[in-house]
Order: sequence, then structure tokens, then C-alpha cells
Amino acid sequence: MSASSRARATPTPLQSLLQNAPSLLLAPVPLAVLQPLFTRIATHVAQSRPELFARLGPHAGKRFLIDPIDLPFVLVLTPDATRPSLTAHRRHERPIHDAGIAGTFFNLLDMIDGSLDGDALFFSRDLRVSGDTEAVVALRNALDDFEGSALDSVVGSFGLLSGPAALALSGLRAVRGK
Amino acid sequence: MSEAQGYQKPELVCPAGTPAALRAAVDAGADAVYCGLQNATNARNFPGLNFTPAELDQSLAYAHARNAKVLLAVNTFPPAGKFEMWGEAIDRAAKLGVDAVIVADMGVADYAARTHPNLRLHLSVQAGASSPEAIRYYCEEFGIKRVVLPRMLTVAEIAELHRQIPCEIEAFVFGNIGMMAEGRCSLTNYVTGLSTNMDGICSPAADVHYEEDAERNLTTRLGEYVIDRFACGESAGYTTICKGRYLCGAQTGGYYAFEEPVSLNLSALLPDLMRAGVTALKIEGRQRSRAYVKSVVSAFRKAVDDIMAGRDAAFASLLALTEGRRETEGAFPSKRWR
Repeated sequence: MSASSRARATPTPLQSLLQNAPSLLLAPVPLAVLQPLFTRIATHVAQSRPELFARLGPHAGKRFLIDPIDLPFVLVLTPDATRPSLTAHRRHERPIHDAGIAGTFFNLLDMIDGSLDGDALFFSRDLRVSGDTEAVVALRNALDDFEGSALDSVVGSFGLLSGPAALALSGLRAVRGK
Repeated sequence: MSEAQGYQKPELVCPAGTPAALRAAVDAGADAVYCGLQNATNARNFPGLNFTPAELDQSLAYAHARNAKVLLAVNTFPPAGKFEMWGEAIDRAAKLGVDAVIVADMGVADYAARTHPNLRLHLSVQAGASSPEAIRYYCEEFGIKRVVLPRMLTVAEIAELHRQIPCEIEAFVFGNIGMMAEGRCSLTNYVTGLSTNMDGICSPAADVHYEEDAERNLTTRLGEYVIDRFACGESAGYTTICKGRYLCGAQTGGYYAFEEPVSLNLSALLPDLMRAGVTALKIEGRQRSRAYVKSVVSAFRKAVDDIMAGRDAAFASLLALTEGRRETEGAFPSKRWR
């Protein structure tokens, strides 16, 4: 199934419930509990792929608002080579940022992971870009040069939790109809 | 139908904006991959895109180990007094052993031919050479071995051209279809001060702005100019002037005065192109992701292999990857495509 047809397919009630599971499950979770996870992701990517920052050029250090529209929080990514950060915020906090990227959690994830095309998501209106467009283009191109699966690399860094995390993601992907 | 029935197997020439995209193209069946350096010497000089010399070296090794070629695009026009960067790109291409360099500027072609006589040269679409006289001139003066034709010729015209020129023909089969005057377009320069032809940037991202209102209507701007307004749910296109929707007296409402947001897809014309004498089929899209590269290259690889084996080409739909989610055969069947 193609990227856009997958994004536009009408889900069954059960699929709908399961697709909303991440949002429903994460809504009551304090962001302070999730923050160590995001910090680990940022640190792992920075350590395993330092060349990413060269591709970002002058845009390394800018603040990117990543808005998974179906999750109850947004993320601010600062791809600074020496102090990378990925912080979670409630949407109403409106964190300061230079550029914004919004889409469903899995569309964003699959774009970062190299299995969906960002331009195609933009054409189908499944991806929204705001603010500093040049910074977004640089980030997209830098992430697209990730060797293999960025997601597998990050999940693999979770140690004992790698197995359950991979299982949970594959389960969610399955109900999403991939 | 098969090779014995008149088809010569064409080379599938595929885009790569990053080393990961190059590997994706090779793994998906590209016969050749074209790419550029991280500067104004190529026509996709976009932020975060292209290759460092070290990456190009590693990518050459990857491709050659899998019997794929690597072509380096040095296909912009050096401004007066700034030739050095283009000369260095040619020298580097020769030193690293790329399989061919794609050039557009006569000065660059001349430098390459004189300095590196064994370096194979292809004439970029940016040169805009479409007549037998022009193409023969490039062949005779600079030893051009292949011409990438502008997207303004019909298949019948390509077949006729093939009989009159001494070099191979490369034709676009998928991807962006812009103004029908490649290498001559100054629309971006007019608005942003940066040149597609000399800086390698059409619609620089720094000048592109998106505004979406509460009803999800999207306004796209280049600099201070509105390029298009897309209603909620309406498929969008690139923020290029040639794909803009404008108000003009002769039309009611917004009108795509130059070209519509649409992508070229010649999958149905592949047998005709192969019969017309096209040596290489080119996929556009160095600015696109490795996901795009993998999907498009895989689809065309299978189609070409099917045709060569005498099978009907079962072509995967690529509509989801097209600009504006629409595709066209452009001028290839007829000049009256609009």
C-alpha cells in the first residue's frame, strides 16, 4: 500500500481504536516520565551518526517543533552536535521554535525511517511545514542519509527494553495496516 | 517483444541526493546513478543534500562493486570570474574515476575535454540542446558521448533526432516536469536573486514560506509572492513560479499560466522510447528521499526487464509520489498536451 493511500484509508472501528491507542495510553503519563526516553534517543543519534550535523550545516542548533498530531504532546528537537536535545511539551505550552513539522506519529516516524517520502506527504497534505523552511529541508535531507533504519538503531539502544519496544511498534504498525 | 524484435536494453539512470539514496538506487536495480557535489556546480544545490568528495569516493566503490555507474552532475553555468569551483569539480571527478560527467556550460565542457580527454562527457538537459545541429556541435567540439534531451520533444521527434546525431540519447521518463526551456529559466532569479542556472537552486527553501489557516487552506509563497492557495484536502505542489496559480484577465479564478503541479510519467511509452533509439532512461529527483528512489527505480527496473523479456510491463502505481498527485506524458506523445 502506498504512503498516501495508507494515510487516507478509512479505518475500521477496531483499527481506529487501536490507532488511537498511543494517544489514549500516553495522555495520562507525566512527560517527566517520558523525558529520559527522548533524551536517550537524541544522545544515541548524535553519538551514532555525528555526520548528520555536517549535513545540517548552519541549521544545527535550531529548534524544530515536531508535532505528532495524534499524540498528546509535541517535541522540540535541537540537533546541536555537542548538546543535542529532544524535549517533550504539552501542546498548549507552545514552546519556542524556529521551524515546525506536523503529521501523524507513524507518518513522521516512517519519514524519518526512510520508508515514506516527505515530498509525497506534503503533496497529499499529510505533512505540514511552518517557519524556517530551509532548516526543515536540511533536517529532512540529513535524516534521510541515515544508514539503514534509524528506528531500529534507536530501539536497539534500549538494552533489555529493545525487544518489548520493537514488539510494541510492530504491533501498532500491524493494526495501522502496513 | 524482445531485443531480437528491435529493443536495445536501455540504461536506467537514477537520482541520488545522498549516499543512502545512491545505495538505495543501486540496490533497486539502477544501471547508473547521478549525483552532485555540495556546492553550486550542480542544479540541485539544496541544503543538506549532495556529496562530499569522501562520500563520492565511497559511493563509487559501492556502485562499481555492483556493476553500476556513477555520473557526476557539474551542470550549472559558472558566473564570469568564478570558474575555479567548476574546474575543481571536473578535476575531482576525473581523479575519483566517475564514469561520466554531466555538463551544460561550454566553458566547462571545453575545460573537461582539454584537461581530461579520457573523461566521458554527457550533455546536461540544462544545455537545452534539442536540434541536430546544436547536438552535433557539442559532439564535434567537446567529444560529448550522450545528450540528455529537453522535455519538449515528441517520441517521433526523438526517433528522427536519433538518426541525425552521432551520440547516445538519454530521455527523462519520470519526475518533475517544469518549464519547457531548461537552462534558460530565470524566474527564480527574478524573485529571489538566486539563479537556478548559476547557483543551482530553483526556489531556494530560505525564500519558501507555508501558511496554513484554521480551515487547513494552504498558502505557499516564494519571497513576498503568493505562488498558490490550496483548499483543505487539495493536493499541493512545489513552490516554484512555473507551477504557480495566478489571476489573469483571460481566465476565471486562479489559473496555472505556465504549467500545472504534475509529474512526468512515461511508463506507458517505454517501448516507444526504446524503439526510438533512446539509450538511457532518466528518473528525476535528486531532491527526493531514498523512499522515493527505491520505489521509482524498482518500478522502472521491473518494467524495463519485463519489456526486454517479451512480457507486458506490469507497472506499479507511482501516483502517490507525484507532484499534486497527478501525472502526465507531457510533450512526448504530442506538443498539444495542454
